[in-house]
Amino acid sequence: MKLTLKIWRQKDSRAKGTFVTYRMDDVAPEMSFLEMLDALNKKLVEENKDPVAFDHDCREGICGSCGMYINGHPHGPVPAITTCHLSMRYFKDGDTIWIEPWRAKPFPVIKDLIVDRSAFDKIQSAGGFISVNAGAAPEANSILAKKKHADDAFDSAICIGCGACVAACKNASAMLFVSAKISQFALLPQGKIEAKERVRAMVEKMDELGFGNCSNTGACEAECPKQIKLTNIARMNREYYKAF
Amino acid sequence: MGKLISKIPDGPLSQKWTRYRASSKLVNPANKKKLEIIVVGTGLSGAGAASALGELGYNVKVFCYQDSPRRAHSVAAQGGINAAKNYQNDGDSTYRLFYDMIKGGDYRAREANVYRAAEVSNQVIDHFTALGVPFARDYGGTLDTRSFGGVQVSRTFYAKGQTGQQCLLGCYSSLSRQIKKGNVKMFPRREMLDLVVIDGKARGIIARNLITGEIERHGAHAVVLATGGYGTIYYMSTLAVNSNASAAWKAHKRGAFFANPSFVQIHPTCVPQLNEYQSKLTLMSESLRNDGRVWVPKAKDDKRSPNDIPEEERDYFLERRYPAFGNLVPRDVSSRAIKERCDAGNGVGETKLAVYLDFRDAINKQGKKAIENKYGNLFEMYKTITGSDPYEGPMMIYPAGHYTMGGLWVDYELMTTIQGLYAIGESNFSDHGANRLGASSLMQAAGDGYFVVPNTISNYLADEIRTPKTSIDKPEFAEAEKASVERINKLLSIRGKQNAASFHKRLGKIMWDYVGMTRNEAGLNKALVLIRELQKEFWTDLNVPGTAGELNMELEKAGRVADYFELTQLLITDALDRKESCGAHFREEYQTPDGEALRNDQEYAYVAAWEYAGEGNAHILHKEELKFEEVEMKVRSYK
Ligand SMILES: Cc1cc2nc3c(=O)[nH]c(=O)nc-3n(C[C@H](O)[C@H](O)[C@H](O)COP(=O)(O)OP(=O)(O)OC[C@H]3O[C@@H](n4cnc5c(N)ncnc54)[C@H](O)[C@@H]3O)c2cc1C
Ligand code: SF4
Ligand code: FES
Repeated sequence: MKLTLKIWRQKDSRAKGTFVTYRMDDVAPEMSFLEMLDALNKKLVEENKDPVAFDHDCREGICGSCGMYINGHPHGPVPAITTCHLSMRYFKDGDTIWIEPWRAKPFPVIKDLIVDRSAFDKIQSAGGFISVNAGAAPEANSILAKKKHADDAFDSAICIGCGACVAACKNASAMLFVSAKISQFALLPQGKIEAKERVRAMVEKMDELGFGNCSNTGACEAECPKQIKLTNIARMNREYYKAF
Repeated sequence: MGKLISKIPDGPLSQKWTRYRASSKLVNPANKKKLEIIVVGTGLSGAGAASALGELGYNVKVFCYQDSPRRAHSVAAQGGINAAKNYQNDGDSTYRLFYDMIKGGDYRAREANVYRAAEVSNQVIDHFTALGVPFARDYGGTLDTRSFGGVQVSRTFYAKGQTGQQCLLGCYSSLSRQIKKGNVKMFPRREMLDLVVIDGKARGIIARNLITGEIERHGAHAVVLATGGYGTIYYMSTLAVNSNASAAWKAHKRGAFFANPSFVQIHPTCVPQLNEYQSKLTLMSESLRNDGRVWVPKAKDDKRSPNDIPEEERDYFLERRYPAFGNLVPRDVSSRAIKERCDAGNGVGETKLAVYLDFRDAINKQGKKAIENKYGNLFEMYKTITGSDPYEGPMMIYPAGHYTMGGLWVDYELMTTIQGLYAIGESNFSDHGANRLGASSLMQAAGDGYFVVPNTISNYLADEIRTPKTSIDKPEFAEAEKASVERINKLLSIRGKQNAASFHKRLGKIMWDYVGMTRNEAGLNKALVLIRELQKEFWTDLNVPGTAGELNMELEKAGRVADYFELTQLLITDALDRKESCGAHFREEYQTPDGEALRNDQEYAYVAAWEYAGEGNAHILHKEELKFEEVEMKVRSYK
């Protein structure tokens, strides 16, 4: 396939960015999106030009490193997958593809397609844990949990912290991400003891870091590669009101 | 041989860890605050260690090269984590877990360490459960388990196919708590470039800030490496693509011995390579072999679609060759059996480098829903990658590089041959011998981090309480920083044509062809020649655009590949030295008439610990004799 890529290039956090056009003549449909960028970068290095910087690691949809806006969608046009799982077979010969970093105030651009998502770590540190030291845990089966609750907790816990929900939201709200963590713990007996402190601390931190409010548009859920549900946000709101 | 003191405590195996803890030195709480510890890595081992050390009150600094600790490669582990809970009443015990690991490792691991890993496994599961890891449960609310390869009990705890992610997020949460408390300081997007050794003791690291390119000096009283394995040495592997050996390799060049580097596990069930552009291979968890049956058509070149091939024309070769364990034989054995069938011409798919993993019978028996519950996300992942649906027809799978049993040599305390330098998790060599059993790495990494190193490090630090904070102005820091900067400048100054990844790809191909699932002397020697040629080309034709003072991913990659050129050569040296077949190390010259590994306990029942002897000099081999007091060395049979 022949493709035209319009990629956001930005030297560092202070520089002004711009779209740069690249032409790719021999993209194979079997490539993944990131392998297509690898091929571009190989070419750029051979021409002694600065390759496009993007975050990636596991390349199997689990680490949450990768993520970029592709033709106006976080992680690209295919629902429920990460950028690293996006296959080039979803594009056509002659396509123009626009590639940009996450755009959200709390995620400043570091370089090209790489953004700073450390705000997520700060929210986690505010309360996303159960306070138990190594060695202090009771025998595992002394904590019983309904299978249904454990399964639901798991469904919330699979968030990969990629930030697509924030990028998709016009308010740059982090509610989906935060509520997934809150829900996981709220559903398990182990998590109930600190539930109030946790939800207060995490929501407060989220607001402090400049993430916007949720206006129930649902863009986050639609773009989340792990299909984290909006019901998590409803649960978080209930938890939050209970916490005062 | 005098240099290898394994510090195994006296007494019967089951008493060693208890006795050790009863007699090791402790540091009082007030002194802990004054002691600084560097932990490099935030996988299960590193995040576990940093959390536990923080909880104890030490002053901890922790590093990773990802943007967040939550992305360490442990996140990708799928199938499960072992513990000797015996919740199934199926005869499991600490001893049996220990025995399975010793046997699974083909009698090339150290008894005392393995026993301890089995012993702390239950604490690991207790701790993860308390941290809110959503393990699978039964209807009564208790934890569920499943079986993995190489064992006959059901001891593997799991969270669907995302056990690693869930455990890592548990570690990340405990780490986050210590960060909030101020006991742990997190340094993400930092790459350790060198280890600083002062008067024979590890005292700090040199790190590069991957955003600004700044070179930083960090001092401490002790350093813990938790930097993972080097499976990406084959370029294509199941590991995260940025996984690398550089931290361990730099420590090695500063004096830490490297043990059994040639023990690399090739995992049998991975999605086969589909095209030449591919940058990684995806694992299909071993847990699938609980219900999936591995087969090839009996006829060569059978062009029929697998569903059209009748039962009697299928060769379920694992069940045929290994009736006792069937599809659940250990990884090394199944990988070789798959290779054998493909080499014989019975492979399937376009490349003929694949075999079927079939769920038809399981779906018929248990129903689609039950299978979906157990493996739903793996099936989806398979479909995303290949475009075909495993509920409808069998998966195609082929082996791929996966795990490194080899690593930095450590003693019972997990201390390397450098005083005050520890290696935990996959970065050390200690618990898996020549082959690792499924679901025992998460167990070992978490055990090392949360429960072993926090207990052993105090024995060392108790003598350091009068040592003042390490000054980063010492000449050793300046020297190490200078060496790092010079190396970066050297990589930047070549200005050739090719990018680092293309060298990595070619290096990986040589390794896979000659140093993969089976090896022989001629092939190993050939690989050495080829690698040295390629290494020369690397140092004359590499191109790293950009500068050192900025985010420069090509530069990061180039440094890691440069180190792989060195490590591969040691790996091959080790494979040449070991003139026997054991576990994953299969030397074609040493096999039984029916193609099984032929071990040589008389001459090779040792850990090969290699000492770096300076640029251009041959490595020096130190042998740690393995003494088996508890188990008898037997021919490992799964028939
Ligand atoms: C696909 C896959 C599936 C697996 N499934 C299972 C399973 O089901 N069960 C099981 O038991 N095991 C499994 N394993 C193996 C297991 O996941 C790993 O062995 C284990 O997670 C390793 O943990 P670790 O803490 O040693 O290192 P890792 O999790 O690899 O972490 C390494 C850390 O070190 C850091 N680091 C490395 N070098 C540097 C440096 N120079 N500077 C700074 N930081 C550095 C990295 O940033 C990272 O934080 C699987 C492995 C793979 C590849
Ligand atoms: S909720 Fe979804 S989109 Fe948001 S960080 Fe988690 S996985 Fe990514
Ligand atoms: S690279 Fe890990 S999720 Fe895409």
